[in-house]
Amino acid sequence: MSLNHYLILGAILFAIGVFGIFLNRRNVIIILMSIELILLAGNINFVAFSHYHGDLTGQIFTFFVMTVAAAEAAIGLAILVAFFRNRATIDVEQIDSLKG
Amino acid sequence: MTMVADLIFYVFATVTACSAVGVVISRNQVHSVLFLVLTFFSTAALFVLLEAEFLAVILIMVYMGAVAVLFLFVVMMLDMDFSELRQQARNHLPFGLAVGLVLLVEMAMIFAHNHLVTAPPASSVANTKAIGQTLYTQYLYPFELASLLLLVALIGAVVLTLRERKGGKRQNISQQVARTREESVELKKRQPGQGAS
Repeated sequence: MSLNHYLILGAILFAIGVFGIFLNRRNVIIILMSIELILLAGNINFVAFSHYHGDLTGQIFTFFVMTVAAAEAAIGLAILVAFFRNRATIDVEQIDSLKG
Repeated sequence: MTMVADLIFYVFATVTACSAVGVVISRNQVHSVLFLVLTFFSTAALFVLLEAEFLAVILIMVYMGAVAVLFLFVVMMLDMDFSELRQQARNHLPFGLAVGLVLLVEMAMIFAHNHLVTAPPASSVANTKAIGQTLYTQYLYPFELASLLLLVALIGAVVLTLRERKGGKRQNISQQVARTREESVELKKRQPGQGAS
């Protein structure tokens, strides 16, 4: 399998992630999962380039992308939980009022 | 031999793409999380095909073992009514589909028309050893910064969701240590058989 196949698969995953954000605009959990899909597409691109150029830099950077993705998912879900305790809904369209 | 590798790639790539579609269009949120787990698993198999087996196992441990479980916990914990959330999604379906298709066609056009290396050079060290040799020498500072980032995320997650419970009994260590003998012990004289009132 050549490099192009992996890149196109990464592009497909990226497009599905963006489509998911467009489609589920009111559901924050699905938005977070679509962001995880986008980051996964980037990871596939990194590892594919790392393999086909014989350079380990792509895999090292995948580590950091994974770290950032896990930290961001944790913080996003903590914000979601803290918000849900106050409002009893996760409808994004209702998060439209600033305090004060 | 390469035909088997090609077939394996196509199988796992199809599973990845289809389960990613399942994540975004599933009606049930638990189904979405399970489709995400399947996406991660087939991506891990693709990483093994790319001779990055350490990353494949790390993907399973971190993404599936931690992030997807966290998503599942939150989905189970937040008892929400998602039937009316689906109604609004129908309005945005054509536009989202158009944007996704345009994005995909653009990226596929770029990726299919360049002439990149097709024969991967073979490496002599195992993947884990090679990553260890590179990560702890050349990328040491980003590695430490990543650990600092995780610490900040940990503190942030705890601070955001910590709740004070009223009415609980706690120990105040400094108060306990600063106690003197006069305020804690009192000697009383009693006759035998009289009780300690």
